[in-house]
Amino acid sequence: MIGLPHFLLLAGILFSIAVAGIFLNRKNVILLLMCIELMLLAVNFNFVAFSRWLGDLDGQVFVFFILTVAAAESAIGLAILVVLFRERRSINVENLDTMRG
Amino acid sequence: MLTTILFYVYAAILIGAALGVVLARNPVRSALFLVLAFFTSAVLWLLLEAEFLGIVLVLVYVGAVMVLFLFVVMMLDINVAELRAGFTRYAPLGAVVAALMVAEIAYVVWVRHLGFDLGGGAPPLPAGYSNTKSLGAVLYTDYALPFQLAAVVLLIAIVAAIALTMRHRTGYKQQDVAGQVAVRKADRIRIVQVEPEKRP
Repeated sequence: MIGLPHFLLLAGILFSIAVAGIFLNRKNVILLLMCIELMLLAVNFNFVAFSRWLGDLDGQVFVFFILTVAAAESAIGLAILVVLFRERRSINVENLDTMRG
Repeated sequence: MLTTILFYVYAAILIGAALGVVLARNPVRSALFLVLAFFTSAVLWLLLEAEFLGIVLVLVYVGAVMVLFLFVVMMLDINVAELRAGFTRYAPLGAVVAALMVAEIAYVVWVRHLGFDLGGGAPPLPAGYSNTKSLGAVLYTDYALPFQLAAVVLLIAIVAAIALTMRHRTGYKQQDVAGQVAVRKADRIRIVQVEPEKRP
């Protein structure tokens, strides 16, 4: 029988893989954005699973809003990426040190 | 029983696809693995009886966001080898952090059960239950204003993305519509009183 812990653990593994991906691909902005998408997917998994087990549809409404915001975020992120590539001819994070942060 | 098998098969595919996203050499391959991950998640959400969100995930994510990702990845001519330098240097740290996080989550979820008794199967849904219908009933009543705000967020995203990527090229001829509309007769026509020529 598949219980709630199975889904939560699956989401946890997914989130951890995305965190590891941010460590591994720390120079490539595109892969950083993809890892953020994976993290959001893992969070959405938790929302859907809890909504199912607690019988409360609000969790699914929240997933709907997270999907909207994530789509907006990736659109703006990719637009910034395109502008960045046009200026620098590279998307290496280490070259982005103009602001000395 | 069938649900159990389906869950394990698709969970394995999902984890494999996530590892593919992280480890693939080529960003195009990463994007395609991410598409696979979204598809598999949609199937798992169908198993959770969240049909509407499963379909939305395929339509919005696979259909729109991932196509945008693939567009950008293929448009940019990036030096992959340079970006992968230092990949192995940070691999142990990333693996350790990921393993620690999985262990912590497993401890909280599996051993402590979050303080709930949620180990059994999902509570059965009433007969004739429609996920889309009940989601719509909540979304258009309790969440009507946040729903409008979500639309505003999307509009801002459109405006921001266009404003960021639009560039003004020099030597590029285009109509100045505002100038065309605002033009007056006096700007264009000059009435000249010409003396009629006298016949010799």
